[in-house]
Amino acid sequence: MWYRSASFILDKQEQQRNAAAESRPLSPASTAMAESPSANVSMYYQTRAAHHGVVSSDWLAQAQAAVAGNSDDAAAESNDSGGEEIGKRFSVVDEFNNWRKQPDLAEAVAAIRALASVIRSSQAKTMMELEIELKKASDSLKSWDTTSISLTAGCDLFMRYVTRTSALDREDFGSAKSRLLERAEKFGEISYKARRIIAMLSQDFIFDGCTILVHGFSRVVLEALRTAVENKKLFRVLCTEGRPDRSGLRVSNELAKLDIPVKLLIDSAVAYSMDEVDMVFVGADGVVESGGIINMMGTYQIALVAKAMNKPMYVAAESYKFARLYPLDQKDMVPALRPIDFGVPIPSQVEVETSARDYTPPQYLTLLFTDLGVLSPSVVSDELIQLYL
Amino acid sequence: MESRRVPRTVSDPKVRQVGFFAPPDRSLSGPPDPTSSSPPLSNISPSGNSLSPVMIPPPRHLSTDLPRHLPHPQPPLSPLRAPRANDTSIPVGSYNPSEFSTPSGIADFSEDQLSPRWGRKSSSGKFATSLPSGGFGMAAAKKISDANSKPGVADGGADTEVQKEKATAAGKPLKEKTTKAERRAMQEAQRAAKAATKGEGNKTALVNSANAVKSVKPAPQKKDNSSVAASERKSGDRQTDKDRKKDVPHPRMQFDDENRVEKAKKRSVVKQAEARNRVELFRHLPQYEHGARLTDLESKFFQLGPVHPAVYKVGFRYLTGDISGGNARCIAMLQAFQESIKDYSTPPEKTLIRDLTSKINCYVSFLIECRPLSISMGNAIRFLKRRITSLPLNLSESEAITSLVSDIDRFINEKIILADNVIVKHAVTKIRDGDVLLTYASSSAVEMLLLHAHELGKRFRVVIVDSRPKLEGKMLLRRLVGKGISCTYTHINAVSYVMHEVTRVFLGASSVLANGTVYSRVGTACVAMVAHQFRVPVLICCEAYKFHERVQLDSICCNELGDAEMVSRVTGREDINSLDGWTSSENLQPLNLLYDATPSDYVSMIITDYGMIPPTSVPVIVREYGREYLLI
Repeated sequence: MWYRSASFILDKQEQQRNAAAESRPLSPASTAMAESPSANVSMYYQTRAAHHGVVSSDWLAQAQAAVAGNSDDAAAESNDSGGEEIGKRFSVVDEFNNWRKQPDLAEAVAAIRALASVIRSSQAKTMMELEIELKKASDSLKSWDTTSISLTAGCDLFMRYVTRTSALDREDFGSAKSRLLERAEKFGEISYKARRIIAMLSQDFIFDGCTILVHGFSRVVLEALRTAVENKKLFRVLCTEGRPDRSGLRVSNELAKLDIPVKLLIDSAVAYSMDEVDMVFVGADGVVESGGIINMMGTYQIALVAKAMNKPMYVAAESYKFARLYPLDQKDMVPALRPIDFGVPIPSQVEVETSARDYTPPQYLTLLFTDLGVLSPSVVSDELIQLYL
Repeated sequence: MESRRVPRTVSDPKVRQVGFFAPPDRSLSGPPDPTSSSPPLSNISPSGNSLSPVMIPPPRHLSTDLPRHLPHPQPPLSPLRAPRANDTSIPVGSYNPSEFSTPSGIADFSEDQLSPRWGRKSSSGKFATSLPSGGFGMAAAKKISDANSKPGVADGGADTEVQKEKATAAGKPLKEKTTKAERRAMQEAQRAAKAATKGEGNKTALVNSANAVKSVKPAPQKKDNSSVAASERKSGDRQTDKDRKKDVPHPRMQFDDENRVEKAKKRSVVKQAEARNRVELFRHLPQYEHGARLTDLESKFFQLGPVHPAVYKVGFRYLTGDISGGNARCIAMLQAFQESIKDYSTPPEKTLIRDLTSKINCYVSFLIECRPLSISMGNAIRFLKRRITSLPLNLSESEAITSLVSDIDRFINEKIILADNVIVKHAVTKIRDGDVLLTYASSSAVEMLLLHAHELGKRFRVVIVDSRPKLEGKMLLRRLVGKGISCTYTHINAVSYVMHEVTRVFLGASSVLANGTVYSRVGTACVAMVAHQFRVPVLICCEAYKFHERVQLDSICCNELGDAEMVSRVTGREDINSLDGWTSSENLQPLNLLYDATPSDYVSMIITDYGMIPPTSVPVIVREYGREYLLI
């Protein structure tokens, strides 16, 4: 668990030192986010660890306070140099962090809500100014964690969705702005409700007596399974351990609370148990243009085994995760690294593969459950083209 | 065959046998013997039908012979053989016994139908395995039903098959020779007529002389064809002078339809002799002897009234192969059209829109004769015609002309030049340091990409795969090495040897079809397949204006045949001459295909100016933006 892994803490402290020591070419306000973008550990996983790690809430409060303290200082400096721009940018991240604290809220949804609030609180007088503001806010959010695909995709999609309206042609700025706000709120609502929709769509695929293999901690998948229980379906779940962040343990916790019979497997036992599995159900960090998904490390392996043994693989992903990426192979993505604790010290000349996620090509996926409906992987590109071009 | 039967649903292709068949044996005399179901193969006359001067004699599998070349299952009919054997006429009765002495195309048709003279009534077996047009099939189907219902009525002749055999046996060899000879004679007559009349009234003279030729020759021409053609000519005469060139031949006209070929020849400006020794499977594609056209065109330069000199020049350069490559051809054609539009002036009492459209049609048909259009050129022409027809009527002539000229400029700029820039920008992100990139032949987009990546300082090396006879990769090699990129050059037979060290494959395309199939230089499919097997990603760089909503399942139905001579000759190696004299050998049919179709499974990604898309999204682009670029 989090507090037991010394390397995690050490790494984090080291980053902070590094971040402080590095000469940041950017404006001082960026030091406010010094703790967030890191080369070593993806903030995304830090967040998740913070949400789901066994962490006492007062520790969290202290940590937040400490962070806020840093940023306050930085803000004090920046307020001299910057203008209201920096203040605004700062407030976006702040807003974002506020939203993010709720463990049930997806990061991208938090970002979308934060961006909507930017529109609301903006004091721009012209559409151009407002758009520039939005762009800056979106960029700052994206740079908060460069490795999170859903965050980047969510921000981009928000920008496209909101600005792609004829309202911008209207002369009256006020009405245009309110229209923008309307769309922003709508997008936020859709994204927020996406999980419910996906859960309902996936009910058709969960039948009585089925065995579902689950990998990685996905709140969408959990929602779907929860809904299935509410619909009085009887099924059982095999879930992988999900090293190194032990996501499987959390999943099994949650499922046990719902009275679903659950069986834990170590990651290597997937092929062994694939015979008794009826379907594989995973979430996604991001859905790429080819229709493939980027998800926690191990998903590709499971997909290969499932394909070899003819088991369907279903992915539950909200539509704001559709990203304009197109990886050709595993190494063609922005790396997201996380430290792995082996429990014993490793000699320094031994290299460790620390990548936290992998890419599953579309030919191994059967269907995608999204809030746009149940789609085949090739539809992702259609949707993206229609939205982006 | 009844002359009423429109020859467009043609007689001959129904008898076309594709591949290795036993042609029906005509020299067999004696009553049709239902028991001996296989014609002796020893004396196979070389031409099974008027279209093919050469037929490959099949191996001798007596028992399985006939069923083999009749893809339609015949057994249900065999019980009918005996009773039918002595029945009236050939059921697929196109054969008129009175036409003994004048073997015609119909005779040809029925000859081959004679192979079911053992009593098989259905002509379904005569479906070539790759019938190019459904019209043939329908006509044949009609025949079947006719045949089955009215055995004797077909042409009112109740003859014994013996007679027919004899007649056709006699007629066939004559027929074969006269076909080619008469075609040549016709061309000569046309040339003579043209020289005689010299200029004005050319077209009328041509047509008249063609008619004259037709009536003069006793009936080397297929009777029904000639009669129908004659009547067509007569009606056509009235409109010939003005609108002859208006009827643009369908860009993918099937060249095994004799009648249409004849019609097209009448209209054509460029006289071309059909190549000899043509491969049966590709009879539907045009193939001409390359040598003669050049001098012919040159001599006609000052007589080509309707064709603007700029267009003429471009067509000339297509013929010689000076301009090759989808983008280059398209740009050259559009610029030639631009020139011609600039020089255009509306004749009196004509509207600009209609007249200009007909002029463009005329130019297009000329260009098609020089070299069949590529798909990118087809799309560009569609765009131009749309722009012309959507000109507002109140524009003055000069305004209209400037607007069209600027439209063409915009098309070239946006759809080709800027599109290439965008493609390079996207594709360069997929090249990493240390990559080994493979490319095939020479694509302008891929070349730009490699040069740009090199300028950006990426470290990579390139493997260029090339193939005969065009050897286009050599030019690319020269340009890349000149810029300092380290290259490896090899031929396509080594591609599987080289592929294991390759990290990415970049290919260009002549077009991408709606089902994701990539239509590109011949050999591309091979490279893509090998790359797929080695799990190397294949990236196609193609501008969006080359997309087409057509679907093609194989490389046969739509292709282009190049000069067969290039296959037998190796430039610079005079000692490799074992194929010299291939034209005189009946058994040798060289084939020089120019394009092939790569299935979408082998393609990882298509890079267009709309971004990087999977091959399944091509119809989306065509649907969403097809209209847009046509209307710009």
